[in-house]
Amino acid sequence: MVVLWVITAACLLASLVADRRKTLATLRMAVIRLAKIMPAFLLMLVLFAVGITLVPQDVIRRLLGRDSGALGVAIAAVIGSITLVPGFIAFPLAGALRVQHVPYMVLAAFTTTLMMVGVLTYPLERQYFGRNVTLIRNAISLLIAVVVAIGMGLAFGEIRL
Amino acid sequence: MTPRTRQIVQLSAVAVFGLFVGASFLYDLPTGKQMGRTFAATLLQMLSLLPCAFILVALFDVWVSRETVQRHFGQGSGLRGYLWGILLAGMTVGGLYVAFPVAFSLFRKGARLTVIFAYVSFAGVCRIPMTLFEASFMGVPFTGVRLAVSIPLVILTSHFLGRILERRGYAITE
Repeated sequence: MVVLWVITAACLLASLVADRRKTLATLRMAVIRLAKIMPAFLLMLVLFAVGITLVPQDVIRRLLGRDSGALGVAIAAVIGSITLVPGFIAFPLAGALRVQHVPYMVLAAFTTTLMMVGVLTYPLERQYFGRNVTLIRNAISLLIAVVVAIGMGLAFGEIRL
Repeated sequence: MTPRTRQIVQLSAVAVFGLFVGASFLYDLPTGKQMGRTFAATLLQMLSLLPCAFILVALFDVWVSRETVQRHFGQGSGLRGYLWGILLAGMTVGGLYVAFPVAFSLFRKGARLTVIFAYVSFAGVCRIPMTLFEASFMGVPFTGVRLAVSIPLVILTSHFLGRILERRGYAITE
């Protein structure tokens, strides 16, 4: 977290040295965008707090927790495939779930399918690619998401061989 | 619903939650108090990351122009074509629904199907603002593993899908 602030400060400083007016425009852009998403962001946190309190801990642990394994990845992949959540909501949510000990591989399955597989955008995609290619492309994307989840599990020691 | 009304509805819901948590502390309701604590803890953690993510994304938008990349797209084949595909996808704003029309226009301009399919998948995998957000909240190792696994797979699968479809005279329509 401190690293992130250092990197941001360094980039900002470099930008400031290069062009003062552009940097001020950048900051204004960041503030306006942040203000624009604040209501949706706060609501997401409210829903998260309510959900995580009402759903019993052992249910979360069993479905998405450390020992959920393939089931957790499958649940996360299905949710990620059928929902349309913008990244500025999805990643903070994933970060909050991480604090609740949801494994990286489950979070990766969720975020990767969210970005690559589109069930709700299927009608739109079909207009461009046709039915068959759309189905094939989404199937391949789902497969890639599963491989990413497995890779994540191996990289973070969540899957032991 | 206009964006403005939606924001008001969202903020009202948050306000109702605030009142509920306040009442919970007043009348000592453990569930409501727990919700309030979880909300506050998560909010603090997010607020320590969110400004950085937004500043980095804005810096990127201001300093890198999309036109440069678009001008080069389609130049070079093989791995270089994929490299421009990654760059162009990195600049995509929005999501897959923005990538489809771009794919169509690339097809009309004569780009290869292999590269076009790779571009669409890359638009999901490595949009730069999104990746900055991901790295801020999930850590750089998480983002690194995701890119290292998915980019080769996207190139591989797009290569085969594109080749097969090209042989069949497939066309992207509008």
